Amino acid sequence: MSPTQIDIESTISRMADSLKLHLKEREIDNPLIIGIQTGGLWVAEKIRSSLGISEANGVLNIAFYRDDFSRIGLHPRVSPSSLPFEIEDKHIILVDDVLHTGRTIRAAMNEIFDFGRPASITLVVLIDRNGRELPVEANISGKRLELNKDEHVKLLGPEPLALEFK
Amino acid sequence: MASDNIQLDKNGHLKHFLSTEGLSRNLLFDILDHAESFAGVGDRAVKKVPILRGKTIVNLFFEPSTRTRTTFELAAKRLSADVLNLNIAQSATSKGESLQDTLQTLEAMHCDMFVVRHASSGAAHFIASQVSPRIRIINAGDGNHAHPTQAMLDMFTIRRHKPDFTKLKVAIVGDILHSRVARSEIHALTTLGVNEVRVIAPLTLLPSKVESLGVHVFHDMEKGLENVDVIIMLRLQRERMRNALLPSEKEFFVSHGLTEEKLKAAKDDAIVMHPGPINRGVEIDTQVADGERSVILQQVSHGIAIRMAVMAMCMGSPDELSAVES
Repeated sequence: MSPTQIDIESTISRMADSLKLHLKEREIDNPLIIGIQTGGLWVAEKIRSSLGISEANGVLNIAFYRDDFSRIGLHPRVSPSSLPFEIEDKHIILVDDVLHTGRTIRAAMNEIFDFGRPASITLVVLIDRNGRELPVEANISGKRLELNKDEHVKLLGPEPLALEFK
Repeated sequence: MASDNIQLDKNGHLKHFLSTEGLSRNLLFDILDHAESFAGVGDRAVKKVPILRGKTIVNLFFEPSTRTRTTFELAAKRLSADVLNLNIAQSATSKGESLQDTLQTLEAMHCDMFVVRHASSGAAHFIASQVSPRIRIINAGDGNHAHPTQAMLDMFTIRRHKPDFTKLKVAIVGDILHSRVARSEIHALTTLGVNEVRVIAPLTLLPSKVESLGVHVFHDMEKGLENVDVIIMLRLQRERMRNALLPSEKEFFVSHGLTEEKLKAAKDDAIVMHPGPINRGVEIDTQVADGERSVILQQVSHGIAIRMAVMAMCMGSPDELSAVES
Protein backbone atom coordinates (compact mmCIF):
# COMPACT_ATOMS: atom_id res chain seq x y z
CA MET A 1 0.00 0.00 0.00
CA SER A 2 1.59 3.26 -1.01
CA PRO A 3 0.56 6.62 0.46
CA THR A 4 -0.36 8.00 -2.94
CA GLN A 5 -3.20 5.49 -3.27
CA ILE A 6 -5.27 7.32 -0.65
CA ASP A 7 -6.58 10.79 -1.46
CA ILE A 8 -6.93 12.16 2.03
CA GLU A 9 -8.89 15.28 1.16
CA SER A 10 -11.62 13.42 -0.71
CA THR A 11 -11.63 10.67 1.92
CA ILE A 12 -12.30 13.22 4.65
CA SER A 13 -15.03 14.88 2.60
CA ARG A 14 -16.72 11.47 2.14
CA MET A 15 -16.39 10.91 5.89
CA ALA A 16 -18.09 14.25 6.52
CA ASP A 17 -20.99 13.23 4.28
CA SER A 18 -21.44 9.91 6.09
CA LEU A 19 -21.20 11.73 9.39
CA LYS A 20 -23.94 14.18 8.39
CA LEU A 21 -26.21 11.25 7.55
CA HIS A 22 -25.29 9.49 10.78
CA LEU A 23 -26.13 12.58 12.84
CA LYS A 24 -29.40 13.11 10.96
CA GLU A 25 -30.51 9.52 11.57
CA ARG A 26 -29.88 9.99 15.27
CA GLU A 27 -31.48 13.43 15.34
CA ILE A 28 -28.34 15.07 16.69
CA ASP A 29 -28.49 18.80 16.04
CA ASN A 30 -25.65 20.59 17.74
CA PRO A 31 -22.68 18.30 18.04
CA LEU A 32 -19.29 19.42 19.33
CA ILE A 33 -16.03 18.12 17.91
CA ILE A 34 -13.04 16.94 19.90
CA GLY A 35 -9.79 16.01 18.16
CA ILE A 36 -7.07 13.86 19.69
CA GLN A 37 -3.57 15.37 19.51
CA THR A 38 -2.08 15.77 17.02
CA GLY A 39 -3.28 13.96 13.89
CA GLY A 40 -6.85 13.68 15.10
CA LEU A 41 -6.98 17.42 15.51
CA TRP A 42 -6.04 18.04 11.86
CA VAL A 43 -8.77 15.71 10.65
CA ALA A 44 -11.21 17.27 13.15
CA GLU A 45 -10.58 20.76 11.75
CA LYS A 46 -11.49 19.66 8.22
CA ILE A 47 -14.61 17.87 9.43
CA ARG A 48 -15.67 20.90 11.41
CA SER A 49 -15.55 23.15 8.36
CA SER A 50 -17.45 20.57 6.27
CA LEU A 51 -20.17 20.38 8.90
CA GLY A 52 -20.28 24.17 9.28
CA ILE A 53 -19.86 24.05 13.05
CA SER A 54 -18.93 27.49 14.35
CA GLU A 55 -17.77 26.45 17.80
CA ALA A 56 -14.03 25.79 18.09
CA ASN A 57 -12.89 22.20 18.39
CA GLY A 58 -11.82 20.72 21.68
CA VAL A 59 -8.36 19.22 21.93
CA LEU A 60 -7.47 16.13 23.93
CA ASN A 61 -3.96 15.27 24.97
CA ILE A 62 -4.44 11.85 26.46
CA ALA A 63 -0.90 11.63 27.87
CA PHE A 64 -2.18 11.60 31.45
CA TYR A 65 -4.69 8.83 30.67
CA ARG A 66 -2.48 6.37 28.83
CA ASP A 67 -2.27 2.85 30.18
CA ASP A 68 1.42 2.50 29.39
CA PHE A 69 2.63 5.32 31.67
CA SER A 70 4.39 2.95 34.06
CA ARG A 71 6.27 1.46 31.12
CA ILE A 72 7.24 4.49 29.05
CA GLY A 73 6.70 7.51 31.31
CA LEU A 74 5.43 10.93 30.37
CA HIS A 75 5.28 11.91 26.74
CA PRO A 76 7.43 14.96 26.17
CA ARG A 77 6.08 18.39 25.33
CA VAL A 78 2.53 17.97 24.16
CA SER A 79 0.21 20.87 24.68
CA PRO A 80 -2.52 20.44 27.28
CA SER A 81 -6.07 19.29 26.74
CA SER A 82 -8.44 22.14 26.12
CA LEU A 83 -12.20 21.75 25.89
CA PRO A 84 -13.54 25.29 25.43
CA PHE A 85 -17.14 24.22 26.03
CA GLU A 86 -19.35 22.33 28.48
CA ILE A 87 -19.41 18.56 27.92
CA GLU A 88 -22.47 17.91 30.08
CA ASP A 89 -25.36 16.49 28.00
CA LYS A 90 -23.67 17.41 24.69
CA HIS A 91 -23.30 15.17 21.65
CA ILE A 92 -19.59 14.71 21.06
CA ILE A 93 -17.84 13.77 17.83
CA LEU A 94 -14.47 12.30 18.77
CA VAL A 95 -11.94 12.37 15.94
CA ASP A 96 -8.62 10.53 15.61
CA ASP A 97 -6.30 9.83 12.72
CA VAL A 98 -5.65 6.11 13.18
CA LEU A 99 -7.69 3.53 15.11
CA HIS A 100 -5.38 0.65 15.96
CA THR A 101 -5.40 -1.05 19.37
CA GLY A 102 -8.28 1.04 20.72
CA ARG A 103 -6.28 2.08 23.78
CA THR A 104 -6.07 5.74 22.75
CA ILE A 105 -9.86 5.92 22.38
CA ARG A 106 -10.34 4.23 25.76
CA ALA A 107 -8.06 6.87 27.32
CA ALA A 108 -9.79 9.70 25.43
CA MET A 109 -13.25 8.63 26.59
CA ASN A 110 -12.03 8.41 30.19
CA GLU A 111 -10.67 11.92 29.92
CA ILE A 112 -13.88 13.28 28.37
CA PHE A 113 -15.87 11.92 31.30
CA ASP A 114 -13.59 13.82 33.70
CA PHE A 115 -14.90 17.01 32.09
CA GLY A 116 -18.56 15.99 32.30
CA ARG A 117 -21.18 13.47 31.14
CA PRO A 118 -21.81 13.74 27.40
CA ALA A 119 -25.16 12.76 25.87
CA SER A 120 -23.34 10.62 23.30
CA ILE A 121 -19.94 10.08 21.67
CA THR A 122 -19.57 9.34 17.96
CA LEU A 123 -16.16 8.04 16.93
CA VAL A 124 -14.73 9.20 13.60
CA VAL A 125 -11.35 7.99 12.33
CA LEU A 126 -9.46 8.54 9.10
CA ILE A 127 -7.74 5.13 9.09
CA ASP A 128 -9.29 2.02 10.61
CA ARG A 129 -6.54 -0.58 10.76
CA ASN A 130 -6.52 -4.09 12.15
CA GLY A 131 -4.96 -4.94 15.53
CA ARG A 132 -7.70 -4.13 18.01
CA GLU A 133 -6.96 -5.04 21.63
CA LEU A 134 -10.11 -3.48 23.09
CA PRO A 135 -13.76 -3.63 22.01
CA VAL A 136 -13.72 -0.19 20.35
CA GLU A 137 -15.14 0.44 16.87
CA ALA A 138 -15.52 3.62 14.85
CA ASN A 139 -18.95 4.89 13.76
CA ILE A 140 -17.40 6.50 10.70
CA SER A 141 -14.06 5.59 9.14
CA GLY A 142 -12.37 6.86 6.00
CA LYS A 143 -10.31 3.87 4.97
CA ARG A 144 -9.84 0.34 6.26
CA LEU A 145 -6.31 -1.05 6.14
CA GLU A 146 -4.94 -4.52 6.77
CA LEU A 147 -1.35 -4.14 7.96
CA ASN A 148 1.18 -6.53 9.39
CA LYS A 149 1.83 -6.35 13.11
CA ASP A 150 5.15 -4.57 12.64
CA GLU A 151 3.77 -2.09 10.11
CA HIS A 152 2.70 1.34 11.25
CA VAL A 153 0.77 4.15 9.64
CA LYS A 154 0.99 7.75 10.77
CA LEU A 155 -0.69 10.94 9.62
CA LEU A 156 1.68 13.79 8.75
CA GLY A 157 0.45 17.38 8.58
CA PRO A 158 -1.12 19.79 9.06
CA GLU A 159 -0.73 20.99 5.44
CA PRO A 160 -0.82 18.96 3.35
CA LEU A 161 -2.06 15.86 5.12
CA ALA A 162 -0.16 12.73 4.11
CA LEU A 163 0.18 9.19 5.36
CA GLU A 164 3.50 7.73 6.34
CA PHE A 165 3.96 3.96 6.31
CA LYS A 166 6.74 2.24 8.24
CA MET B 1 28.78 16.07 40.08
CA ALA B 2 28.08 12.51 41.20
CA SER B 3 25.76 13.75 43.90
CA ASP B 4 23.71 15.61 41.27
CA ASN B 5 23.56 12.78 38.77
CA ILE B 6 21.63 10.85 41.33
CA GLN B 7 18.68 12.93 40.11
CA LEU B 8 18.75 11.41 36.63
CA ASP B 9 18.20 7.91 35.28
CA LYS B 10 20.50 6.36 32.71
CA ASN B 11 18.54 7.99 29.90
CA GLY B 12 18.92 11.44 31.42
CA HIS B 13 15.31 11.64 32.60
CA LEU B 14 14.37 13.03 35.98
CA LYS B 15 14.37 10.26 38.58
CA HIS B 16 14.63 12.17 41.86
CA PHE B 17 14.08 15.92 42.20
CA LEU B 18 16.52 17.05 44.85
CA SER B 19 17.97 20.33 43.63
CA THR B 20 17.80 22.73 40.71
CA GLU B 21 21.59 22.60 40.69
CA GLY B 22 23.12 20.34 38.08
CA LEU B 23 20.02 20.05 35.90
CA SER B 24 20.12 21.19 32.28
CA ARG B 25 18.20 24.10 30.85
CA ASN B 26 16.18 21.68 28.70
CA LEU B 27 15.16 19.65 31.70
CA LEU B 28 14.04 22.75 33.60
CA PHE B 29 12.00 23.80 30.56
CA ASP B 30 10.52 20.28 30.42
CA ILE B 31 9.36 20.70 34.02
CA LEU B 32 7.77 24.07 33.19
CA ASP B 33 6.09 22.69 30.04
CA HIS B 34 4.69 19.66 31.83
CA ALA B 35 3.43 21.92 34.63
CA GLU B 36 1.67 24.00 31.98
CA SER B 37 -0.15 20.82 30.88
CA PHE B 38 -1.16 19.99 34.44
CA ALA B 39 -2.23 23.53 35.31
CA GLY B 40 -5.65 23.11 33.68
CA VAL B 41 -6.60 20.04 35.72
CA GLY B 42 -7.75 22.23 38.61
CA ASP B 43 -10.40 23.82 36.37
CA ARG B 44 -12.14 20.58 35.41
CA ALA B 45 -15.34 19.05 36.74
CA VAL B 46 -13.22 16.17 38.04
CA LYS B 47 -10.00 17.72 39.31
CA LYS B 48 -7.97 14.59 38.74
CA VAL B 49 -6.04 12.71 36.11
CA PRO B 50 -5.45 8.98 36.58
CA ILE B 51 -1.73 8.94 35.78
CA LEU B 52 -0.47 7.87 39.23
CA ARG B 53 -3.42 5.70 40.20
CA GLY B 54 -2.28 2.86 42.41
CA LYS B 55 0.92 4.62 43.48
CA THR B 56 1.55 5.59 47.08
CA ILE B 57 3.30 8.83 47.92
CA VAL B 58 4.52 9.57 51.43
CA ASN B 59 4.94 13.12 52.64
CA LEU B 60 7.84 12.56 54.98
CA PHE B 61 8.09 15.78 56.97
CA PHE B 62 10.76 15.97 59.64
CA GLU B 63 10.15 19.70 59.92
CA PRO B 64 6.72 21.30 60.23
CA SER B 65 5.19 22.89 57.14
CA THR B 66 1.57 23.49 56.23
CA ARG B 67 1.70 25.17 52.85
CA THR B 68 4.30 23.00 51.16
CA ARG B 69 2.85 19.78 52.56
CA THR B 70 -0.67 20.73 51.56
CA THR B 71 0.24 21.56 47.98
CA PHE B 72 2.27 18.34 47.65
CA GLU B 73 -0.70 16.42 49.01
CA LEU B 74 -3.11 18.11 46.63
CA ALA B 75 -0.74 17.58 43.69
CA ALA B 76 -0.44 13.87 44.48
CA LYS B 77 -4.20 13.52 44.84
CA ARG B 78 -4.86 15.30 41.55
CA LEU B 79 -2.59 12.68 39.96
CA SER B 80 -4.79 10.00 41.64
CA ALA B 81 -2.00 8.73 43.91
CA ASP B 82 -2.69 7.63 47.47
CA VAL B 83 -1.05 9.94 49.99
CA LEU B 84 0.31 9.29 53.43
CA ASN B 85 1.31 12.24 55.61
CA LEU B 86 3.98 11.53 58.19
CA ASN B 87 5.15 14.27 60.49
CA ILE B 88 8.11 12.91 62.27
CA ALA B 89 9.46 14.79 65.24
CA GLN B 90 13.16 14.94 64.81
CA SER B 91 15.22 13.12 67.36
CA ALA B 92 18.64 14.56 67.91
CA THR B 93 20.21 11.27 68.93
CA SER B 94 21.20 8.57 66.47
CA LYS B 95 19.43 10.42 63.65
CA GLY B 96 21.00 8.43 60.84
CA GLU B 97 20.01 5.11 62.29
CA SER B 98 16.43 5.99 63.11
CA LEU B 99 15.99 7.56 59.68
CA GLN B 100 17.09 4.35 58.00
CA ASP B 101 14.66 2.38 60.12
CA THR B 102 11.86 4.70 59.09
CA LEU B 103 12.75 4.33 55.42
CA GLN B 104 12.92 0.57 55.57
CA THR B 105 9.55 0.43 57.28
CA LEU B 106 7.97 2.59 54.59
CA GLU B 107 9.60 0.59 51.81
CA ALA B 108 8.16 -2.57 53.34
CA MET B 109 4.74 -0.95 53.00
CA HIS B 110 5.32 -0.70 49.23
CA CYS B 111 5.36 3.08 49.03
CA ASP B 112 6.62 4.47 45.72
CA MET B 113 7.72 8.02 46.42
CA PHE B 114 8.91 10.01 49.41
CA VAL B 115 8.50 13.77 49.54
CA VAL B 116 11.07 14.81 52.11
CA ARG B 117 11.29 17.94 54.24
CA HIS B 118 14.16 17.97 56.72
CA ALA B 119 16.04 20.54 58.80
CA SER B 120 19.42 19.10 57.79
CA SER B 121 21.01 20.10 54.49
CA GLY B 122 21.54 17.08 52.29
CA ALA B 123 18.84 14.93 53.91
CA ALA B 124 16.95 14.31 50.66
CA HIS B 125 20.18 13.38 48.83
CA PHE B 126 21.07 11.03 51.65
CA ILE B 127 17.68 9.36 51.54
CA ALA B 128 17.83 9.04 47.74
CA SER B 129 21.15 7.27 48.09
CA GLN B 130 19.80 4.85 50.70
CA VAL B 131 16.44 3.72 49.35
CA SER B 132 15.89 0.84 46.94
CA PRO B 133 16.04 1.74 43.23
CA ARG B 134 12.27 1.70 42.66
CA ILE B 135 11.65 4.53 45.18
CA ARG B 136 11.60 8.13 43.96
CA ILE B 137 12.54 11.09 46.17
CA ILE B 138 11.44 14.71 45.96
CA ASN B 139 13.11 17.32 48.10
CA ALA B 140 10.55 19.55 49.79
CA GLY B 141 13.25 21.60 51.53
CA ASP B 142 16.45 20.52 53.26
CA GLY B 143 18.09 22.81 55.81
CA ASN B 144 19.68 25.84 54.17
CA HIS B 145 20.42 23.86 51.05
CA ALA B 146 17.60 23.59 48.52
CA HIS B 147 13.87 23.87 47.93
CA PRO B 148 13.67 23.03 44.24
CA THR B 149 9.89 22.85 43.79
CA GLN B 150 9.53 26.33 45.27
CA ALA B 151 12.16 27.61 42.85
CA MET B 152 10.45 25.98 39.87
CA LEU B 153 7.00 27.27 40.76
CA ASP B 154 8.57 30.72 40.89
CA MET B 155 10.15 30.14 37.46
CA PHE B 156 6.71 29.06 36.22
CA THR B 157 5.14 32.22 37.63
CA ILE B 158 7.84 34.40 36.09
CA ARG B 159 7.43 32.75 32.67
CA ARG B 160 3.66 33.22 32.74
CA HIS B 161 4.23 36.98 33.10
CA LYS B 162 7.52 37.42 31.26
CA PRO B 163 8.08 34.62 28.75
CA ASP B 164 11.69 35.40 27.76
CA PHE B 165 14.08 34.67 30.63
CA THR B 166 17.07 36.05 28.75
CA LYS B 167 15.72 39.59 28.93
CA LEU B 168 15.08 39.66 32.66
CA LYS B 169 16.71 41.28 35.63
CA VAL B 170 15.65 39.49 38.79
CA ALA B 171 16.30 40.64 42.36
CA ILE B 172 16.15 38.30 45.35
CA VAL B 173 15.77 40.27 48.57
CA GLY B 174 16.24 39.45 52.24
CA ASP B 175 17.70 36.62 54.23
CA ILE B 176 19.83 34.98 51.54
CA LEU B 177 22.09 33.33 54.13
CA HIS B 178 19.50 30.99 55.60
CA SER B 179 17.31 30.63 52.54
CA ARG B 180 17.15 27.30 50.73
CA VAL B 181 14.67 29.01 48.42
CA ALA B 182 17.26 31.62 47.41
CA ARG B 183 19.87 28.99 46.57
CA SER B 184 17.48 27.00 44.40
CA GLU B 185 16.20 30.18 42.74
CA ILE B 186 19.71 31.34 41.86
CA HIS B 187 20.59 27.99 40.24
CA ALA B 188 17.32 27.88 38.33
CA LEU B 189 17.52 31.51 37.16
CA THR B 190 21.10 31.24 35.94
CA THR B 191 20.43 27.89 34.23
CA LEU B 192 17.40 29.35 32.45
CA GLY B 193 19.63 32.13 31.14
CA VAL B 194 18.30 35.13 33.04
CA ASN B 195 20.14 38.29 32.02
CA GLU B 196 21.02 39.38 35.55
CA VAL B 197 20.38 37.92 39.00
CA ARG B 198 20.80 40.29 41.93
CA VAL B 199 20.72 39.58 45.61
CA ILE B 200 19.90 42.40 48.01
CA ALA B 201 20.59 41.90 51.71
CA PRO B 202 22.40 43.29 54.71
CA LEU B 203 25.95 41.96 55.01
CA THR B 204 25.02 39.74 57.96
CA LEU B 205 22.40 37.88 55.92
CA LEU B 206 24.60 37.06 52.92
CA PRO B 207 26.60 33.85 52.56
CA SER B 208 30.30 34.35 51.95
CA LYS B 209 31.36 34.06 48.31
CA VAL B 210 27.77 34.44 47.13
CA GLU B 211 29.15 36.15 43.99
CA SER B 212 30.57 32.80 42.90
CA LEU B 213 26.98 31.71 42.15
CA GLY B 214 26.91 34.29 39.36
CA VAL B 215 24.90 37.00 41.11
CA HIS B 216 25.44 40.71 41.67
CA VAL B 217 25.36 41.75 45.30
CA PHE B 218 23.63 44.86 46.57
CA HIS B 219 23.11 46.07 50.11
CA ASP B 220 20.98 49.09 49.27
CA MET B 221 17.38 48.43 48.17
CA GLU B 222 16.96 51.47 45.92
CA LYS B 223 20.10 50.66 43.95
CA GLY B 224 19.44 46.93 43.82
CA LEU B 225 15.85 47.27 42.63
CA GLU B 226 16.71 49.74 39.90
CA ASN B 227 15.18 48.59 36.60
CA VAL B 228 14.42 45.02 37.69
CA ASP B 229 11.57 42.99 36.13
CA VAL B 230 11.02 40.57 38.98
CA ILE B 231 11.38 40.97 42.75
CA ILE B 232 11.50 37.84 44.87
CA MET B 233 11.11 38.68 48.55
CA LEU B 234 12.25 36.11 51.10
CA ARG B 235 10.70 35.39 54.44
CA LEU B 236 12.68 36.73 57.36
CA GLN B 237 12.98 34.01 59.95
CA ARG B 238 12.26 35.69 63.25
CA GLU B 239 14.70 33.51 65.17
CA ARG B 240 17.51 35.31 63.29
CA MET B 241 16.94 38.25 65.55
CA ARG B 242 17.86 36.17 68.54
CA ASN B 243 21.12 35.22 66.89
CA ALA B 244 21.96 38.94 66.74
CA LEU B 245 22.26 38.99 62.95
CA LEU B 246 19.77 41.85 62.85
CA PRO B 247 19.07 44.68 65.26
CA SER B 248 15.25 44.55 65.05
CA GLU B 249 12.40 43.71 62.72
CA LYS B 250 11.49 47.36 62.53
CA GLU B 251 14.94 48.36 61.45
CA PHE B 252 15.00 45.58 58.85
CA PHE B 253 11.70 46.83 57.46
CA VAL B 254 13.11 50.34 57.14
CA SER B 255 16.24 49.15 55.34
CA HIS B 256 15.08 46.11 53.35
CA GLY B 257 11.28 45.84 53.63
CA LEU B 258 9.51 46.25 50.29
CA THR B 259 7.26 49.32 50.26
CA GLU B 260 5.43 51.12 47.45
CA GLU B 261 8.13 53.80 47.70
CA LYS B 262 11.03 51.39 47.18
CA LEU B 263 9.12 49.56 44.46
CA LYS B 264 9.28 52.73 42.33
CA ALA B 265 12.90 51.94 41.50
CA ALA B 266 11.87 48.76 39.68
CA LYS B 267 10.33 48.66 36.20
CA ASP B 268 6.71 49.78 35.98
CA ASP B 269 5.54 46.29 35.12
CA ALA B 270 7.77 44.50 37.65
CA ILE B 271 6.11 41.63 39.50
CA VAL B 272 6.50 41.00 43.24
CA MET B 273 6.85 37.45 44.53
CA HIS B 274 7.12 35.86 47.97
CA PRO B 275 7.30 32.16 48.87
CA GLY B 276 5.11 32.67 51.94
CA PRO B 277 4.18 32.71 54.66
CA ILE B 278 4.48 36.50 54.68
CA ASN B 279 5.64 38.57 57.63
CA ARG B 280 3.65 41.70 56.86
CA GLY B 281 5.48 44.80 57.97
CA VAL B 282 8.78 42.94 58.30
CA GLU B 283 10.01 42.05 54.80
CA ILE B 284 7.02 43.37 52.86
CA ASP B 285 4.43 46.08 53.35
CA THR B 286 0.79 44.97 53.33
CA GLN B 287 0.02 47.42 50.53
CA VAL B 288 2.62 45.78 48.29
CA ALA B 289 1.74 42.21 49.27
CA ASP B 290 -1.89 42.80 48.35
CA GLY B 291 -1.15 45.25 45.53
CA GLU B 292 -1.61 44.79 41.81
CA ARG B 293 2.04 43.90 41.19
CA SER B 294 1.87 41.05 43.67
CA VAL B 295 1.62 37.54 42.18
CA ILE B 296 1.92 35.82 45.56
CA LEU B 297 -1.39 33.93 45.36
CA GLN B 298 -0.67 32.83 41.79
CA GLN B 299 2.54 31.29 43.12
CA VAL B 300 0.48 29.09 45.43
CA SER B 301 -1.70 27.65 42.65
CA HIS B 302 1.29 27.26 40.35
CA GLY B 303 2.91 25.26 43.14
CA ILE B 304 0.35 22.50 42.63
CA ALA B 305 1.01 22.30 38.87
CA ILE B 306 4.80 22.21 39.34
CA ARG B 307 4.55 19.50 41.98
CA MET B 308 2.26 17.45 39.74
CA ALA B 309 4.81 17.80 36.94
CA VAL B 310 7.86 16.68 38.93
CA MET B 311 5.96 13.85 40.61
CA ALA B 312 4.72 12.55 37.26
CA MET B 313 8.14 12.96 35.64
CA CYS B 314 9.98 11.14 38.44
CA MET B 315 7.41 8.35 38.66
CA GLY B 316 7.45 8.01 34.89
CA SER B 317 11.16 7.30 34.82
CA PRO B 318 11.16 3.53 34.38
CA ASP B 319 14.06 1.35 35.43
CA GLU B 320 14.02 -0.31 32.05
CA LEU B 321 12.71 1.54 29.04
CA SER B 322 10.43 -0.57 26.89
CA ALA B 323 8.70 1.66 24.40
CA VAL B 324 5.43 0.15 23.24
CA GLU B 325 3.29 1.62 20.45
CA SER B 326 -0.42 1.78 21.05
